[in-house]
Amino acid sequence: MPYTKRPDGREMDELRPIKAEVGVVPNADGSALFAHGDTLAIAAVYGPKPLHPAHLQKADRGLIRANYNMLPFSVTERARPGPSRRSKEISMVTANALSSVVDLKRFPGTVIDVEILILQANASTRCAGINAAAMALAHAGIVMNEMVSSVSIGKIDDKIVADITKKEEDWTEGEGATDIPFTLTSNTKEITHLQLDGKISTSRMMESYDAAVKACEKIYEYQKRALKGEKIDENVSLKKEE
Amino acid sequence: MTEKTNKKQRKIVIPGEIIVSAEDHLPGDFTRKEDGNIIANRYGLVDDSGRIIRIIPISGAFEPRRGNTVIGRVEDITFNGWVIHIGGPYTAFLPLAECPRYIDRKAINEFATIGDVLNLKIWGIKKGSIDLTLKSRGLGKLEGGRVIKINSHKVPRVIGKEGSMINLIKNSTNTEITVGQNGFIWIKGDFEGEKRAEEAINLVVKEATSTGLTEKIEEFLGGKVEKITEEVKE
Repeated sequence: MPYTKRPDGREMDELRPIKAEVGVVPNADGSALFAHGDTLAIAAVYGPKPLHPAHLQKADRGLIRANYNMLPFSVTERARPGPSRRSKEISMVTANALSSVVDLKRFPGTVIDVEILILQANASTRCAGINAAAMALAHAGIVMNEMVSSVSIGKIDDKIVADITKKEEDWTEGEGATDIPFTLTSNTKEITHLQLDGKISTSRMMESYDAAVKACEKIYEYQKRALKGEKIDENVSLKKEE
Repeated sequence: MTEKTNKKQRKIVIPGEIIVSAEDHLPGDFTRKEDGNIIANRYGLVDDSGRIIRIIPISGAFEPRRGNTVIGRVEDITFNGWVIHIGGPYTAFLPLAECPRYIDRKAINEFATIGDVLNLKIWGIKKGSIDLTLKSRGLGKLEGGRVIKINSHKVPRVIGKEGSMINLIKNSTNTEITVGQNGFIWIKGDFEGEKRAEEAINLVVKEATSTGLTEKIEEFLGGKVEKITEEVKE
């Protein structure tokens, strides 16, 4: 079966229904929820606070410590709880993606903890996590130059699509699937995080970046609306994936 | 408070958002000038009443300032003072010399030991540490009671104009309350009173931006009194 339409009936550049909200964790300094369709992440921000162990402290700047955690019930087969090779890597790229927009020089020797929980997973979990974390950081009153928005662009067979699902990620026919998570800053559209799983030519990569810019602009609008107090829940019923 | 002079609802902005053109405005707190626009650096409410645009923070961790009156809990004891948890980015230290009365160096824990709650003043902020003092009126150890934590930016609402809100809560729940500018609130009274004071404070925090807040709290406290007496009758 060639890839001519998406399994859930979306347009090639269409995002899944978005859920977005801030203030979901009362005990945190800032928190947010962000969902791309079935992929649901919540992020809680604590700090800035003193950093221990002290040898991790930097004399001239603070540190962002992200912790990406996929909950056991988030996937079809139970995920073993606790840190894994995969979750450690995602925590690191998340911290890097966020660090470049945050003013870390304001509180030297401190840490800002970003806890990300994936409650439900259907691909693009790191993107949902970063989107939620960026909102949570803003909500926690952290001084930032701008926001970041994240989206996974896919090259499924020979089509460039936005916000891919598990079904698309596992596509094997034709040219197969390439999964490219992008994180872009909201104003300057600079890349703060980019990963690639698969094969892609240079020209198609440039196309993917353009698709990411378009998709991130849409995501940024949702983040902005949610931070201004709106509770976004697009309960659009999509066609069941075939 | 400036509510009276500026009745119109203030706008919420997010980091990186353009607030206004920089042509006839200047950047103030938490804003910057970039490409002829004033841009927000932080989430909060915009104060655009003057020529200088600034952002009023509404959320986030406590940011210590010199002269703040705060409530803290003793975390550790050293040979010359106490390490105190007051929230915020750095740990705070209360030196023995900043205590108003004589304390035996050999028995420093007799005055305050780990877990004790103190009402303190921030005396100075050095890079990476905060110095506290007890040498001022109204400061000292808080015996008994309990401590609750709220968003430090909501403290002015909890206190109210000239302490109107906090006095209302104190009087109608028959409790002693001390509010620290770090968002730690110490409450002491009988069990029911402490519980109701805590509920009332949480309601103030939740409804902080709504109009007629004092009436709402009055109603909440008044309503609860009737409810309790009814339960007693049954």
